Amino acid sequence: MAEFSLPANSKVRKDGRLFKAPAGAKNVRVFKIYRFDPDLDETPRLDSYEVDMDACGPMVLDALIKIKNEIDSTLTFRRSCREGICGSCAMNIDGKNGLACVSACSDVEHDIKIYPLPHMPVIKDLIPDLTNFYAQYASVKPWLQTRTPAPPDGERLQTKEDQEKVDRPSACILCACCSTSCPSYWWNSDRYLGPAALLAAYRWIVDSRDEAAGERLDYLEDPFRLYRCHTIMNCTEACPKDLNPAKAIGEIKQLMAHRRH
Amino acid sequence: MSEYKLIDHTYDVVVVGAGGAGLRATFGLAEAGLSTACLTKVFPTRSHTVAAQGGISAALGNMGIDDWRWHMYDTVKGSDWLGDQDAIEFMCKEAPAAVIELEHYGVPFSRTEDGRIYQRPFGGMTTHFGKGIAQRTCAAADRTGHAMLHTLYQQSLKHEASFFIEYFALDLIMENGECRGVIALDMSDGTLHRFRAHMVIVATGGYGRAWFSCTSAHTCTGDGGGMALRASLPLQDMEFVQFHPTGIYGAGCLITEGSRGEGGYLTNAAGERFMERYAPNAKDLASRDVVSRAMTVEIREGRGVGALKDHIDLHLEHLGPAVIKERLPGIAETARIFAGVDVNKDPIPVLPTVHYNMGGIPCNVQGEAITREGGSDMVIPGLMAVGEAACVSVHGANRLGSNSLLDLVVFGREAARHCARVVKRDAAHRAFKADAGDSTLARLDKIRHAKGSLRTADIRLNMQRVMQSDAAVFRTGESLSDGKRKLAEVFASFADVQVTDRSMVWNSDLVETLELDNLLGQAVATMHSAENRKESRGAQAREDFPNRDDQNWMKHTLCWVGADGATRFDYRPVHLNTLTDEVESIPPKARTY
Repeated sequence: MAEFSLPANSKVRKDGRLFKAPAGAKNVRVFKIYRFDPDLDETPRLDSYEVDMDACGPMVLDALIKIKNEIDSTLTFRRSCREGICGSCAMNIDGKNGLACVSACSDVEHDIKIYPLPHMPVIKDLIPDLTNFYAQYASVKPWLQTRTPAPPDGERLQTKEDQEKVDRPSACILCACCSTSCPSYWWNSDRYLGPAALLAAYRWIVDSRDEAAGERLDYLEDPFRLYRCHTIMNCTEACPKDLNPAKAIGEIKQLMAHRRH
Repeated sequence: MSEYKLIDHTYDVVVVGAGGAGLRATFGLAEAGLSTACLTKVFPTRSHTVAAQGGISAALGNMGIDDWRWHMYDTVKGSDWLGDQDAIEFMCKEAPAAVIELEHYGVPFSRTEDGRIYQRPFGGMTTHFGKGIAQRTCAAADRTGHAMLHTLYQQSLKHEASFFIEYFALDLIMENGECRGVIALDMSDGTLHRFRAHMVIVATGGYGRAWFSCTSAHTCTGDGGGMALRASLPLQDMEFVQFHPTGIYGAGCLITEGSRGEGGYLTNAAGERFMERYAPNAKDLASRDVVSRAMTVEIREGRGVGALKDHIDLHLEHLGPAVIKERLPGIAETARIFAGVDVNKDPIPVLPTVHYNMGGIPCNVQGEAITREGGSDMVIPGLMAVGEAACVSVHGANRLGSNSLLDLVVFGREAARHCARVVKRDAAHRAFKADAGDSTLARLDKIRHAKGSLRTADIRLNMQRVMQSDAAVFRTGESLSDGKRKLAEVFASFADVQVTDRSMVWNSDLVETLELDNLLGQAVATMHSAENRKESRGAQAREDFPNRDDQNWMKHTLCWVGADGATRFDYRPVHLNTLTDEVESIPPKARTY
């Protein structure tokens, strides 16, 4: 049987640094955080930070910011809105992808392990390189395409029922939690578009105002771009906005089947 | 500075910032055939426009009779007559076409029964010059900013605009009073880039993070304002800071004014709907400055709710689950996560929270940056500003809710149009002076190797505490003088800053320190401008000068901040004139709701 092993530079050393809590801290929790310094010729390591939770906000992002502000300002991660709408602070928390800003520390019972989004090139610490992810999003031409000119003096009308079809799918925040939780995407992210880009494609396919559904389906009609989805459903499980990319992908597949017959 | 190699780029126009205003300008420029670079420190859809909730105002009249002149009247009144009426006319008149254009781009607006764009009531938005309540604010549920920002980014992709993502702009490159370009740090690999351009458009947003509690994102550090101050340019009307009435108590996260637009209301400890006393007509839909002051008075007089009597309740329980699910689903989620509240059962604990900066880089209607010399306005060649970073001024002393998203698209688009008129496509560029950017590299190097004794986070917290206590909803000469003194100490302490991360790749310790530098100058401008203005107007509530003083203070403040933290003031007249004869100027009168 073939043996698979991670390349040496992907093995995470467990012997990272330990930052002790200040004396007198009564409610201490340990955060084990993936660290990678691109300037050093070293494999990544796990650093441990003891945090006094009595002087820390409730969310994982609060703890990360506290560590950066008070313990180790070299710790590097993306963050912006801190309310779950910008999608910056997506990371792997306790083995599950999510947004640090809306993930409560109290939802994790043991030491809180934090890694970057899985299976992406890492630039530094918790910062993955999302270039390919964004390029895949752009590849589905995620903008309104029409042949019929827009009404000169008013909006395109859309029924409430038709609006409802795009209401949820358009709420995607491009955090990449879904795509980077998908084993198919781990294997074939060079050719499989992944759930986020496919949800974006679906959002326009079902928009009553869009007139390019045919071309959109043509682009997706490919053994890899669409059909590498094997209905594993990790995407839907991972989505911090409770969206359902798996269902959207299923419906695209149905549309493909219908137009063949 | 041989350690840092500069990589040079040349474009017709460079836009700094990729929020709503920056993106609208960017693809407008690309559409016009101008070579355009958009620099942004976060991926475009992470910009803080994404967090705007309630909607975008436009007198479409989809939900009842409306007229852009009423919208203009409301905006002038909302601004407490500090807004420039020519600019306000322009914005309100352009609004319907701008929103229809957004719909044509594919914004997933909520809909009425007859398939038109859904519109909700919002604070200060009236019909018939203050007589009725308007339904003017166009909404995509309670994530209108998200819907707009993503759509604008999609349009930018369609027009194949050039983006420089996770580039942190360090400084404007100025030569003899003219802006020649921008110097920026590519955070992903630590390289430094000089962008030469015929026009630089600053679209960097507000500086809410100068305060301890704000609805603003961590990235709202007013980098454009900081660059302007370092380039010896003035900022305008910095004393006017909007406190949003409903930030979640503790977390500071925004609860949209649309929640009151949909019928929500505020109560004090006695369960009283106290806004009826402060604004008998508009009640909970009075202007934000009015509601925030009323809440602060209630708390100060001992009628706050909670164990510490230090906040106010916002009720949505009576709206019913169907309305919540269709119109306010994000609010329900945010309240659950950050306040532990089920909005169908319990009120949300809220507090006035810093939300928006009316002040910014002074501009004219086209978006050209302005300074003042010899008693008259002077355009700064090569420099424009749009969005929250700019002060046109369409918001004057107080912005109306849903006028910000409108400001972004109207003036973002107008900036692109202006460039299309004045910038010659692919026109030759003069070379930079040999030392262009050197002082910036020296500053970068100094901060990167700073070995002081105070962490960036410590200095930032000190600044935020001073701003929170002394640049607050209510101000007095004493509190502001005190604030000036304390802020001067914080400002001086930056010389003793300590940066630990010395690397160049994604050095967020360095970037946060550069952001702090930007915040500090604007904090000083805010505190000094507030102390300097001896009247109450809009968001500036001076207890020692409780009345508006049109005789002496109907004018814009210009504030320069030197490298030593010293300030200098000048003034610009408020434009009471309209742009055309399609509407009459709205004369100042007492402002009641």
